Amino acid sequence: MKKGNRRTRAVIQAAALAMLLLVVYAAGILISGDAVEGDFLDAGRPPCLEHPFGTDALGRDLLMRTLKGMSVSMTVGAAASAISAGIAVFVGIAAAAGSGRVDAAISWLIDVMMSVPHMVLIILISFAMGRGFQGLLAGIAATHWCSLARLIRGEVLQLRSRHYIAVSRKLGKPEGWILTRHLLGHLAPQLLVGAILMFPHAILHEAAVSFLGFGLPPEQPATGIILAESMRYISAGLWWPAVLPGLTLVWVVLSVDRLGDELQKILNPFSAQE
Amino acid sequence: MEQRTEALLEIRDLSVSFRMYGHGLKQEDQQVISDLHLSVYPGEILAVAGSSGSGKSLLASAILGILPDNAAVRGYVSYQGEELTPEGQARLRGTEIALVPQSVSFLDPLMRTGAQAEGHRRPRPAERRRQLFRDLGLPDQTERLYPFQLSGGMARRVLVSTALLTDARLIIADEPTPGMSLEQALKALRIFREMADSGRAVILITHDIDLAVEIADRVAVFYAGTTVETAKASDFKAGPGALRHPYSQALWRALPQNEFQPIEGSQPDAGELPKGCLFAPRCPFRTAKCVAETPPVRQVRGGEVRCCYGA
Amino acid sequence: MALEAGNIFFRYEKKQPWILEDVTVRIDRGECLVVSGPSGCGKTTLAMLLAGYLRPERGQIQAEGFPLPAKGVCPVQLISQHPEKAVNPRWRLKRVLEESGGRMEEILETFGIRRRWLDRFPCELSGGELQRFCVARALMSGADYLICDEISTMMDAVTQAQIWNAVLREAKKRRMGILAVTHNRHLAERIATRQIALEK
Repeated sequence: MKKGNRRTRAVIQAAALAMLLLVVYAAGILISGDAVEGDFLDAGRPPCLEHPFGTDALGRDLLMRTLKGMSVSMTVGAAASAISAGIAVFVGIAAAAGSGRVDAAISWLIDVMMSVPHMVLIILISFAMGRGFQGLLAGIAATHWCSLARLIRGEVLQLRSRHYIAVSRKLGKPEGWILTRHLLGHLAPQLLVGAILMFPHAILHEAAVSFLGFGLPPEQPATGIILAESMRYISAGLWWPAVLPGLTLVWVVLSVDRLGDELQKILNPFSAQE
Repeated sequence: MEQRTEALLEIRDLSVSFRMYGHGLKQEDQQVISDLHLSVYPGEILAVAGSSGSGKSLLASAILGILPDNAAVRGYVSYQGEELTPEGQARLRGTEIALVPQSVSFLDPLMRTGAQAEGHRRPRPAERRRQLFRDLGLPDQTERLYPFQLSGGMARRVLVSTALLTDARLIIADEPTPGMSLEQALKALRIFREMADSGRAVILITHDIDLAVEIADRVAVFYAGTTVETAKASDFKAGPGALRHPYSQALWRALPQNEFQPIEGSQPDAGELPKGCLFAPRCPFRTAKCVAETPPVRQVRGGEVRCCYGA
Repeated sequence: MALEAGNIFFRYEKKQPWILEDVTVRIDRGECLVVSGPSGCGKTTLAMLLAGYLRPERGQIQAEGFPLPAKGVCPVQLISQHPEKAVNPRWRLKRVLEESGGRMEEILETFGIRRRWLDRFPCELSGGELQRFCVARALMSGADYLICDEISTMMDAVTQAQIWNAVLREAKKRRMGILAVTHNRHLAERIATRQIALEK
């Protein structure tokens, strides 16, 4: 028999991860514009006590810039996955509850969306929406809902065939009541976890699109921009502008992923018992 | 029935509890089996009768050593006089001890039933299996079907055949008959009877006391995770006067062919078991002593009973 | 004043053989009709049809002379063999009972439902305990007819007697009609005012 309380451990880990991510996010917001101003006397410094991440070729402090960039990425990620989750719920329920034709059309759309590479779609949509913050957000939100929508569709179909739903109908409950009381209550934990697990994807895509130059404008301190700039200097021996912000990105992505897993353990009453 | 031979399986003071999550982060222990006593002898069918959800299936898992991780087991279990260790259980299950599982979902959905029943024994016992399928009333083409193509009753008969094909000396059958018609059930039970007559032992776990009395030699009455009484099946036919425990008597009275009169109340919850006798809260004969401590197992008129009434 | 199924035909898919072919059943209020028959003869299907869970391909089912309503509370309520499938596993039992929107107090007493159970989740109760909730919920909806499909099959004799005694007492009080499916001959004799056998 295993010792200790697994659920308590999961809650503590989830809380700690959420705190850390919140600190990074808050730090990015609170850092003033002056802190990321360039100082040519300090250009190209390797990591030291004064500048833990070093400075870039324009003399900007990379730790500050990374934090600020991270908070921009996290804003994009959070907003995009929230919008995506909203689309997924709507589309998933429409497919499961609608007629056979609606279901077939939506399933076809999902298949098409999933068969086109995300990057291409994001770039196209972002470009069409006039690039910048909004364009990027629209691009990421419009491409990430598919797998979650498919999951929700399956779940709703399965739930609707349950005996207790049929009993509810015979007790005189209208479909809308059943949808909001029986089905949504069942879907909410899955949806939350699904949205959180979507978040790291969104951040990575944001960074990648910005890196390629189709995303955020170059003056904005975003993770993808920092990494794109660093590429120019890496052959000159300036490794830190690429490696340290890159590792920060990896760390944030893994942390959010982990947070999603821990939440799943807490919210799923069936896996939580062991 | 010869009781002086050595018990094939003997269980003394077996308790099984689960560590569960209550509301929020609180953990609590749920005792699902408490101080259970049970012995089964070669050549007999012992029925374990009690309501569904009273922990009977867990008894089978405990004997085989296949309980989940969050279970804690205390007590003494011996097979042929030797104490069973987890390694011993792993060695015996499937060879010496066979299980007929309760749920049809225990069948491998991707394997044809014939091959599945034969298992990985070499050479394949195909001839014996065919005969067994026929004896159980399964049509010849059943062996080529996949589990999803079977009706509930057919699937259960396949499950029964998997256990009967082993050379196990102890067969534990967990609710083997629901879904079968009366005729099919009798056929399956007749095969269990033959098994027992050839010197094996059968533990038949069932919620159906009529069935238990009909087919078994002895009946162990299960209540709140313990056996309150083990009596000869004939005692149940004789009526409450021949039974030893107030709960067995209550069961007898509640049967529709008898008085159909239930006693009040319901079984205690596994998380909140009473301190003394588990039946005390509903017992018409309870004393201060029963409420305070668990009564010992006593031999009364050729049966075992865990009750201090009349002692 | 009766629940009637007149010449009903049912099969799950076209071209398959009929599961029920030209079946006529009538349940008067105040009676308890027991249906028995071999497994696979369509007893459960008949129960689902009478409670409006399935629709017959031909023939009609009427309660008090009107077809069963498609919307709103159904005057015929079904209680199935598996209570754990008939309740939302994520709802506390208080909410399960409230779904039928009737008065709770006396019913709890009648079916021996402990107040503590109301705060529990379904997985924390046994089948017998859950079945009390399912029966109570059906009665609280104000049903005129109860369809009991092997409701006590998986229970011990004491629980079975408790539930059936309570059901019969309530049915008498409210002059309800009951159709009960069971293969237990003794139980059938005990509860039935009339018995019919379905053939394959």
